[in-house]
Amino acid sequence: MPTSVIAVKGITTDFRRDPRGHDRPGPGTPSAPGSPIRTPRRRLPRWAALAAIGTPLLLSGCNLYPTYGASRGATKQGQDTFKLYSGMMTTGIIVGGLVGLLILWTLVRYRRRSDEMPRQFHENIPIEVLYTAIPILIVAVLFVYTVLTENNVDATVPVNATLGSTGKPVVDIRVTAFQWGWRFDYTGLNVGIAGETTAGPNNHGPQMVVPAGQTVQITLVSDDVVHGFYVRDFNFSRYALPGVTNLFDLTVLHPGTYNGQCTQICGLYHSEMLFSVKAVTPPAFSVWASNEVRKGNTLQRSGSSASNNPPIATHPTPANASPSPAPAKGSA
Amino acid sequence: MTTTTEHPDLVGPEAPAGPDGHAPGTGRQDSAHGHHEGPSGIVNWLTSTDHKVIGKSYMITSLVLFFIAGIMALVMRAQLANPTSSLLSFQTYNELFTMHGSLMLYLFAGPFAFGGLANYIVPLQVGAPDMAFPRLNALSYWLYLGGSITMMSGFLVAGGAASYGWVAYAPLSNAINSPGAGADLWLMALGLTGFSAIFTGVNLAATIFYLRAPGMTMFRIPIFSWNMLVTGILILIAFPVLFGAVVMLFSDRHFGTHIFTVQGGGVPVLWQHLFWFFGHPEVYILALPYFGMVTDIIPVFSRKPLFGYKGMVFATMSIAALSTGVWAHHMFTTGVVLLPFFSLLSYLIAVPTGIKFFNWIGTMWGGQLSFQTPMLFSIGFLFAFLMGGVTGILLASPPVDFMTHDTYFVVAHFHQVLIGTSVFAGFAGFYFWYPKMFGRMLSDRLGKLHFWGLFIGFWLTFMPQYLVGLYGMPRRVADYRPDNGWTGLNVISTVGSFVIGASFLFFLVNLYTSWRKPVPAGDNPWDGHGLEWFTSSPPPHHNYTHLPPIRSERPTWDYNHPEHRTLVTHAAKSPAGPPDDADMVGADS
Repeated sequence: MPTSVIAVKGITTDFRRDPRGHDRPGPGTPSAPGSPIRTPRRRLPRWAALAAIGTPLLLSGCNLYPTYGASRGATKQGQDTFKLYSGMMTTGIIVGGLVGLLILWTLVRYRRRSDEMPRQFHENIPIEVLYTAIPILIVAVLFVYTVLTENNVDATVPVNATLGSTGKPVVDIRVTAFQWGWRFDYTGLNVGIAGETTAGPNNHGPQMVVPAGQTVQITLVSDDVVHGFYVRDFNFSRYALPGVTNLFDLTVLHPGTYNGQCTQICGLYHSEMLFSVKAVTPPAFSVWASNEVRKGNTLQRSGSSASNNPPIATHPTPANASPSPAPAKGSA
Repeated sequence: MTTTTEHPDLVGPEAPAGPDGHAPGTGRQDSAHGHHEGPSGIVNWLTSTDHKVIGKSYMITSLVLFFIAGIMALVMRAQLANPTSSLLSFQTYNELFTMHGSLMLYLFAGPFAFGGLANYIVPLQVGAPDMAFPRLNALSYWLYLGGSITMMSGFLVAGGAASYGWVAYAPLSNAINSPGAGADLWLMALGLTGFSAIFTGVNLAATIFYLRAPGMTMFRIPIFSWNMLVTGILILIAFPVLFGAVVMLFSDRHFGTHIFTVQGGGVPVLWQHLFWFFGHPEVYILALPYFGMVTDIIPVFSRKPLFGYKGMVFATMSIAALSTGVWAHHMFTTGVVLLPFFSLLSYLIAVPTGIKFFNWIGTMWGGQLSFQTPMLFSIGFLFAFLMGGVTGILLASPPVDFMTHDTYFVVAHFHQVLIGTSVFAGFAGFYFWYPKMFGRMLSDRLGKLHFWGLFIGFWLTFMPQYLVGLYGMPRRVADYRPDNGWTGLNVISTVGSFVIGASFLFFLVNLYTSWRKPVPAGDNPWDGHGLEWFTSSPPPHHNYTHLPPIRSERPTWDYNHPEHRTLVTHAAKSPAGPPDDADMVGADS
């Protein structure tokens, strides 16, 4: 934040240098045109604007979308979210920076320097209307960009539809969260991967493999309590809610491994409920799928707990907290 | 300072005593002030229905709980300083963050404001002898104390305290997933303290509506009291819903109902709707009182009237109204709420909040600012709340919420908002009104040390949390993997939290010093504005023996500075009633 520091210093020294401060009339007091009070007061907006606009630009190295600590997004949807985040952050730094500098400047400029009674003004309707209207405009613009991004991120293509450009079928994965682990069922491919998680440095959780460059549709459900499906590099999370089936699309752009984790407190081993997503090229994905079928990691129609993939699990799931007994047809 | 002896408007049993150094207030009762017929000591405390005694009891209880919850936070920060720390077991960690949040939100931030400071100050500010329903007020306190003990006793039972987070999402909070008695005690505590809050809300609204002194029109009550009125009404909207939800959950746990369980045909997500329909107004129940404190403090230390009084009232009411329609922004990632609606309403809250900010700046603008402890804490509030507010606007956007929900980004955001309000503004109010409540000063030097420790520790603790949240660290995790790159930021955050903890040692020393070596405060040490600075410190049993004329929202200032009295347009347009109606109220008449 070098610019903002310089700007603050500038203001401070500016007014330390100014010997006339104590007898300046308050704003609104008529003063002769060209009177010396006007100079420092008009200098503020320039410093403030410079700092507020310069800081994010410096941070970003003049990139239009500085990261501000976030991931640029490994998915198509995540990249949309990232751009919205970055733009909002820039807006926030500019607006928040201006307000913060205004407060700072007020504190320095109007610190008590005499016992003189300040002018007892208490309102200024035009200014009050102005600072009601401007925030409305700002949030209106933010809202428009929010809705546009949200529609992209939330858009889901019908399962088994074809993608225009690639012509490949959508891969459909049913993700089931449970205390404490994940199950990934590839309904079209008869592949089922599951893994409980356990404490310790060797815990990586189960891995969901997806084809890079293709849209994957996730059907997210929970077997027991509320869990959160979250992959940092996808800039996305969604609850796995008991009683609710959530659908969303992910288009992972490049091969790679991305760490995920449960984000919603779900009981004792919440912090160990890890998983990862591995994106591979479409041919490698096909090879992987047939290998898994050969290894016997197939769909479990009964839907009981995770056990077809030898879990790393060691801690016993408490009997009374075991995943609900299948989406049972009889009990509903 | 003006002398007060010749003031023509004062009507009272006697001419006021001359100023004693720094005491323009003149409401001193010459017969044994602060005392009245009746029991004293512990019996007085147990049986009192005096709003001042109850207010102090509330403050002491809530501060004790604040310190307990703060120590829990330090223990958790110690755990997180090391990625694979084994200081705490998972179970203990889950209990600690649940109880830390519950204590801070249910038992400190709310009760400290509406049970403590508001209970003490609001009747004084509106010129009332007590709250409207004094015995109900006492019942509020005892329900609150009972609820607090009930919640804390969870640590003593088998299975430990509640461990599902302060939001208690179903079905994690049901009898299968949280079988212990600690969860039941937590629910009962919510019932008890919920009714305590409801009764206080009724009391505040009734007091402000019906017990104002003659001349104290609605647009002349100080903003703190205005905000407490709106808070009281919000409590009446929000807390009954929470109580209903708690009864349903308890019924699920013990009476075999299936309101929140899928297997019995229930709907778990209903809990989230009910909880956040309470929970978001609750955020403003926790914030509005503190906005009010800051709004009363800044004009005093700027030596100016509040800028935009009516805008402030309008903003408070807008925030309250909007807060009942934004609950589902806590549920954006559930996939079952209408995103644009809740997003738009959440964004709109930024507008009245922005108005408040600019009004605070406008109040300081052109003033003569002095930076005594209450003002320093208020300024700390401005910066903390600015940062929390800006990140709050980001979170009102569903896609940005998707990427940050349940990560440390959100943890940092709401801690900046809540510490900005309940700690910075709350202690601003405490330092500001302490002289009125106890008749003695707190040390300004120690107060400033407290402030700077808190201010530095605050940024050290929470700025790294934004970043570590963006790096992917979820909230409510007891450990994390060393290769995630989160360790350094967590260490900084832990160091900051201990700086905050250390800063409160100055506060405790300050209290101790003021108790052992009292420095008399006089009636009006800050040259205050509100009616409360007109009476003695501490005020006599029924608060006032006489009152100044009330022509604006700062009657004490007008009285002490007749040449600078507030010229309020709405007062000029509608002249007040005849002087004999407006100028005097006998305490016992």
